[in-house]
Amino acid sequence: MILLLQYTLIFTSVLMLVALGGCFSEHSGVVNIGLEGIMVFGALGGALVMRYLPTGTAPAVIFCVTAIAAMLAGILYSLLLAVAAINFKADQTLVGTAMNLLGVSAATVIVKAINTAADSSNVSSEIMYVEAKKAFVIVPGTEFSWFMVLAVILLIASYIILYKTKFGLRLMACGEHPQAADSVGINVYRMRYAGVLISGLLGGLGGLVYITAGVSAWKFENGVAGFGFLALAVMIFGAWKPQQIALAALLFGLFRSLSNVYTGFAFLKNLNLPSTVYNMLPYIISLVVLAIFSKNSAAPKAEGIPYDKGMR
Amino acid sequence: MQTAKKESLLRKPGVQTLLASLICIVLGLLVGYIALLIINPAGATETILAVIKNFWAYSKPEKQLKYFGATLVTTAPLLMCSLSVLFAYKVGLFNIGAAGQYVAGAGASLFCALALHLPWYLCLIAAMLTGALLGAISGCLKAYRNVNEVISCIMLNWISLYLVNTLLTKVKNPTSKDTYNVASQSTGSMLPTLGLNNVFNHKNVTLAIPLAVVVCVFIWVLLNKTKLGYELRATGLNKNAAKYCGMRDRYNIILTMAIAGGLAGMGAAMLYLSDFEQWAVTQASVPAMGFNGIAAAFLGGLNPIGAIFSSYFIQHITRGGANVNMNMYCAQISDLISSVIIYMCSFVLFMKQFMNRRLDARQSRKGGHDA
Repeated sequence: MILLLQYTLIFTSVLMLVALGGCFSEHSGVVNIGLEGIMVFGALGGALVMRYLPTGTAPAVIFCVTAIAAMLAGILYSLLLAVAAINFKADQTLVGTAMNLLGVSAATVIVKAINTAADSSNVSSEIMYVEAKKAFVIVPGTEFSWFMVLAVILLIASYIILYKTKFGLRLMACGEHPQAADSVGINVYRMRYAGVLISGLLGGLGGLVYITAGVSAWKFENGVAGFGFLALAVMIFGAWKPQQIALAALLFGLFRSLSNVYTGFAFLKNLNLPSTVYNMLPYIISLVVLAIFSKNSAAPKAEGIPYDKGMR
Repeated sequence: MQTAKKESLLRKPGVQTLLASLICIVLGLLVGYIALLIINPAGATETILAVIKNFWAYSKPEKQLKYFGATLVTTAPLLMCSLSVLFAYKVGLFNIGAAGQYVAGAGASLFCALALHLPWYLCLIAAMLTGALLGAISGCLKAYRNVNEVISCIMLNWISLYLVNTLLTKVKNPTSKDTYNVASQSTGSMLPTLGLNNVFNHKNVTLAIPLAVVVCVFIWVLLNKTKLGYELRATGLNKNAAKYCGMRDRYNIILTMAIAGGLAGMGAAMLYLSDFEQWAVTQASVPAMGFNGIAAAFLGGLNPIGAIFSSYFIQHITRGGANVNMNMYCAQISDLISSVIIYMCSFVLFMKQFMNRRLDARQSRKGGHDA
């Protein structure tokens, strides 16, 4: 039971962080399908830092440096979307898809290059961080990590930023009616940049949390197994509102964690279902949930449409 | 006089698309080359040339022909996936689910071949229908429940991957993680070779290759010369206008996704019924074929005939990637190149606008001079 709780909370943190990222981007008017790629890059940034930090670094330092590296990597990578979608008015779905493919292939090339350079017989795309990972754990021997605390803080911060600050309200205006926002002197381009880069920050951090969830090595060939898209489903289910996103993430996190821990429950084990059923579960649930909740979509009205000053 | 002719050539949308695609390819290769230089400058030039050359790297003509054949075998399924993507895109739908429909097609065709020992045409049809079913699910969700097709497709990609892995475990070779060879279990399920295997000196070159080209022409005719194609394109250009004219928008969305799914599913059957590779039932990620289909569709300027060339090009560099020196680099450099190409493809619209603006500027300058 305690194991289920651990995994649920850690996956909830991941989904919540990434979904909040998507929420910022979409409120500014840019559809971010590329969250998956952003997660991979955030994970890569964090993993590389963990690999190269000298052993014996203070846990607090490891935590801060790794988290910041992941966020920076996410922000840098999200620039690809920002430039293409905002400055060049590119098709946002296409850019996002390209970013997802690029994320996995670039990360694989980078990690393999590093591994092969260190040892020419090593052609795997795996990075190990057994020691560094211990710095994130609150209670030794469990998966309760400081990232959960950080995720809650960022959730509250997101809520305040979006609804209680001038910046957040302006950001949302750009996703609803950019022309109106522009007419009162808001720089739509700058706001959209802010939205996309914040989604890069949160997505990158989410990627780092994901690769430290229950494992202490990551094969970058595998990307993040569709988690970025699950996060998008969470965001839609959460109606683009931080507080509802948190609840949606909790639900999805629970189902996702079942595939890791179902063998621990006698009654689930007795059902004798193949493990793939549990692997499929989060995706099936999200399809059903989307089918029920998408009819009256609360999506920002102008999302996905490149902003053109000359258009009314 | 001569410059006027040149300009009018540059104004043609087809020429602009071709130019833009070439720019994407060059930039993609350039990024790949830079990545190689950063990893290890010593062999970078040699490696990028090996990727570009693919089978030309071999000196003997028989070997060249054999590896050319191998590239063609993988081109056929990719062409089908890119047709799937571009067909849906014409109706304004982004079929990222080609990957999952491809997986479903692979599962259906291999199961029909290995477990039921059905003849090849039934296996092919089964693959098409399964892919079409998966596409139709996304289409229905879009038409009736307003679910974004990108998200539903992605979810279905993963669901079908796990389902197919479970299903094909039943026909797995007990000594490995792969399914049985089709040839060893059910020769009747193999695609007929039509003697192409002797031409290319490669046993996996089959009917799949001419069939893919035929389907491609069929799709071109369907889109451009039929009432259905006209309706579908009209729906893609302006959904509301099409609906106002009495076109059945929901029906069209579902039909489009079903056709797109059928194409991708058929593509999978083309590869697996050629016995070119076996399905590894432990694979943890959706095969890249469907995603590369997106690259091929956009690189080919969303034109079925263009897709033939772009699909070939992408498989050409992907197979060329296997030639890299594994002690220094990894084969994924080709994936990197093709993903950069997709990214660059999103700038195509901008490139075309830029070309037109330059041409306009030049024309108005000249016009002023004459006056």
